[in-house]
Amino acid sequence: MAALAPLSTYALRLGDDALILGQRLSEWCGHAPTIEVDLSLANLALDLIGQATHFLGVAGDADKLAFHRDALDFSNCLLVEQPNGDFAQTMARQFLFSTFQELHLHALASSKDERFAAIAAKAVKEVAYHRQLSSDWVVRLGDGTEESRARMTAGLDWMWRFVDELFQMDELEAKLAKGGAGVDKSELRAEWDRRVDAVLAEATLARPASRRPVLGGRRGHHTEHLGPLLSQMQFLQRAYPGAVW
Amino acid sequence: MQDWPLWEVFIRAKGGLSHRHAGSVHAADAKMALEHARDTYTRRMEGVSLWVIPSAQIISSDPADAGPLFEPAEDKIYRHPTFYSIPDHIKHI
Amino acid sequence: MYTTDLSGKDRKKPAPSAAEDPALLAAFEARVANDEFIEPKDWMPEAYRRTLVRQISQHAHSEIVGMLPEGNWITRAPSLRRKAILLAKVQDEGGHGLYLYSAAETLGASREEMIEALHSGKAKYSTIFNYPTLTWADIGAIGWLVDGAAIMNQVPLQRTSYGPYARAMVRVCKEESFHQRQGYELTMALCAGSKEQKRMAQDALNRWWWPSLMMFGPPDDKSPNTEQSIRWRIKRETNDELRQRFVDVTVPQAEAIGLAVPDPALKWNEDCGHYDFGKIDWEEFYAVVRGEGQVAKERMQARVTAWEDGAWVRNAATTYSVKRAAAKVAAE
Repeated sequence: MAALAPLSTYALRLGDDALILGQRLSEWCGHAPTIEVDLSLANLALDLIGQATHFLGVAGDADKLAFHRDALDFSNCLLVEQPNGDFAQTMARQFLFSTFQELHLHALASSKDERFAAIAAKAVKEVAYHRQLSSDWVVRLGDGTEESRARMTAGLDWMWRFVDELFQMDELEAKLAKGGAGVDKSELRAEWDRRVDAVLAEATLARPASRRPVLGGRRGHHTEHLGPLLSQMQFLQRAYPGAVW
Repeated sequence: MQDWPLWEVFIRAKGGLSHRHAGSVHAADAKMALEHARDTYTRRMEGVSLWVIPSAQIISSDPADAGPLFEPAEDKIYRHPTFYSIPDHIKHI
Repeated sequence: MYTTDLSGKDRKKPAPSAAEDPALLAAFEARVANDEFIEPKDWMPEAYRRTLVRQISQHAHSEIVGMLPEGNWITRAPSLRRKAILLAKVQDEGGHGLYLYSAAETLGASREEMIEALHSGKAKYSTIFNYPTLTWADIGAIGWLVDGAAIMNQVPLQRTSYGPYARAMVRVCKEESFHQRQGYELTMALCAGSKEQKRMAQDALNRWWWPSLMMFGPPDDKSPNTEQSIRWRIKRETNDELRQRFVDVTVPQAEAIGLAVPDPALKWNEDCGHYDFGKIDWEEFYAVVRGEGQVAKERMQARVTAWEDGAWVRNAATTYSVKRAAAKVAAE
């Protein structure tokens, strides 16, 4: 893929995060623990697919970007591509990501770039709800039964190695942040820690132990889970090149 | 395992209107009931405010008592403005 | 999405219980005949209650099982727009199932009991969802034909005699208004596309046409409950009347986008102002009702797995709420 302008690269990262998580959540449709929960998860997925459409639209042709890139050109963080696992693992992923995404979008709503500011201002409200919903589930499952507690602990444990990547800055994003269009994500970490710790405390759960972070998503080096997701998502566009749907 | 309790959902469609019954959801607690009400009944901009009430907490009248409860109002027609005839040339009344 | 009476040919007509007060029964019949609504706490004959619970829960099950064939394509939708539309639509089906279960719950059936009856095979759901979705064009065909047939069935039910059911149907019909349009639009896009896309669309119509006609249920002379249900305003039009209307409106829609309806006997009948159409394979219909549809096992397995895998979640939330309530009492 040809090199993109820095703002486009940034939009691509934001769009890929939303797209891949939306795709993951949509896998739940029809299979959730209750009908009501099924509806909630679909609402989250729809919000994220909408955000992806907007951010990818800033980077270029949204559909072309979503359906015609290989894993090396996807720049989402590794957290969002993790498998759904059980409902606890899905909620653990959502809670960690939405808490981050809300802080990120909140800051981005003051971007000097009007397009980013407008998308972020709308999306931050959606994500505040995602954070609320997933936090409530972390608490219920953490402080529910022995089984739910064990499952939530395992879910957080699975996801925790991908947390540091959320706040990682590279030269490109540092420049954008300095210029006022982007956000210095490293500055969000303290507030994220505070919020996450508060929910974990209410859930009577211990914070998972720190460990060596797994990184690479922003550079296109993903986990093994992204490939199968893309091959499913992109199947029709790949099988019928040039077709209009 | 029993179903989660049933909650009745009421929506205020827009400022100035009262909340109106929309339907029900199952939820284990009040917070969840609000979230489920939001995710089920406001997906098409149906409202600006939600109430949820445990269905078991609603006390309703018995249809068998409809006679004593509601029929006595039927002959109190003097409570309605149309009961009074005022000549047409009298205005603003 | 579906209200076909699937109770089988040999089921006995519901008879009023001997214990029921004839005066109450007469008053009830008069109210219904007068197009009044019956509400949950009103007196109603036991057979009316049973018929409604069966019909509404069957309708609810159809919505929930109906999420599966289309859900099969959400992760493979070919554009972001199509993905969002399909997800929103399948989510709507879930919501409709929920409204309908709630309506049945006002008659004293619990959701758990109803779901249990579905999973044990005791309760039926619409035959249409036991057909597989093999290509993307099937998503168009389902929206266009299956939802189109559903609308025909559901619109009259907005005036059904049981208040909670009628109100649920008002909401369902309002929300479903986009479902058929998106399906037709999707099919239109395929017909305007490449040769491969058009082939896909025609193949989908070939496979979904006859099952869609079967959705209206057995012919009137083989539908033992129709008369009683119409008298009780649980049903407002007969299976054959609705089926004919569906054929009449759908055939020109197919022709408009260059698709051929797979029925050699299909012909416009100038005299009666309707299409004549070929014989429906009712053996196939009854086989699918008996649970012999191609993907009946997959559908039930998916539902049972989702329910069983979710048991610990439902349990945990209940336990949490009990704990919190106890802690609150202790703190006071």
